[in-house]
Amino acid sequence: MAAAAVGMIRLRNLFAVVMLSGIFSLSAAALYVVLDAVDVAFTEAAVGAGISTVLMLGTLALTTTEEAIKPQRNIGALVVVFLTGAVLIYSTLDMPLYGDPTAPIHLHVAPRYIWDSGAEIGVPNIVTSVLASYRGYDTLGETTVIFTAACVVMALIGRGRSKVKHQLPEGAPSFGYAALKPHSVMRVTSKLLLPLIFLYALYVQFHGDFGPGGGFQAGVIFGAAFILYTLIFGVDNTRIVIRGWFRRLMMSAGVLIYAGVGVAALLMGGNYLGYSALAHEATHGQHLGINLIEFGVGTTVAGAMITIFLMFAGQDR
Amino acid sequence: MEIVLDVLSWICIVAGSAFCLVGAFGMLRLPDVFARMHAAGIIDTAGLALVAVGLMFQAGLTLVTVKLFLIVMFILYTSPVSTHALAQSALSMGVKPKLADDADGNEYKKEDEPSKT
Repeated sequence: MAAAAVGMIRLRNLFAVVMLSGIFSLSAAALYVVLDAVDVAFTEAAVGAGISTVLMLGTLALTTTEEAIKPQRNIGALVVVFLTGAVLIYSTLDMPLYGDPTAPIHLHVAPRYIWDSGAEIGVPNIVTSVLASYRGYDTLGETTVIFTAACVVMALIGRGRSKVKHQLPEGAPSFGYAALKPHSVMRVTSKLLLPLIFLYALYVQFHGDFGPGGGFQAGVIFGAAFILYTLIFGVDNTRIVIRGWFRRLMMSAGVLIYAGVGVAALLMGGNYLGYSALAHEATHGQHLGINLIEFGVGTTVAGAMITIFLMFAGQDR
Repeated sequence: MEIVLDVLSWICIVAGSAFCLVGAFGMLRLPDVFARMHAAGIIDTAGLALVAVGLMFQAGLTLVTVKLFLIVMFILYTSPVSTHALAQSALSMGVKPKLADDADGNEYKKEDEPSKT
């Protein structure tokens, strides 16, 4: 990973840099698996090694392939970076040692989650129970961040209405399946793969309670299916398959569902995002709340991924 | 019986890793884009399949074996398609395969220059 990072800084060929960033993310995902953090590894592999690389490659098609040399060195920036790094390292000296069993997080926080998660929430996957219930606020913030990112991309890049069509040889249809005749291998295999990818995304979404998975990974895989469709069939076809209003609806509805579950819990007499109040029995309420908010997270992430990719891909018009 | 399974899985995993090494070496040293894609294909098929078979021997007749089998099937399905896409895009960019009969002592050509022969 260090070699990949050094290579990314020193190389000037941007294509190689993008590939190295994908390799870095994949090695990070393998590292997380070795550290037994399977949910994080799943998300890192899907987002870092998958979606990020595709988005960077899409942007690379619009810019040059070599990074411009900066002739002079900026001493001021170097000093600022060193000072900031020194302050950060100095502030970590106050923290407990890594892996120290007497640190507060290992004495109070982690045992509460590990021992009480089964009785209070009843979900086999403790990561999901921590993410969705004990730390529900943080996950609501993350979902809002993803929604904001997609909105920012939409504001910066714009709707990308196609005004100029690509030059095509005469007589070639520009639209529909007839245009893809020469690419029959990729067309057929991708159409066979797409239902399996969607099925897998739904499996990951609803299986997050029992194994690695949950809303984020499922949304990313759902978006990846649409990205595959876009890569083979073109941006125009994808804009017809999943319309603009539906994409915006997906993004907003997810956050609305998440926050709405919190408000519903308030109206039923509990705390905000206190799922125990949602049903007659506390663990049932927790299950219901977790399923609903994971569905909201998955919807927002899927809508955001598709929107961001279509914004990036539709830029050369 | 255990020892037979262990020996078989050792052989398969070592053979698969050897194929992976050969493929990686080929990816670095073969002269042409298309030949390098072929070397990458060796890693995906022979390397992966042998390692997975070795792991299947270790797992025995459980769900893990079925999952390994499905993973191998999935990669055998998608890897040739991605190689095909790569080769198609290379051809449409004008990269000509380096044939044996234009070897008049020419150096290795950079792959983003369309061939002049």
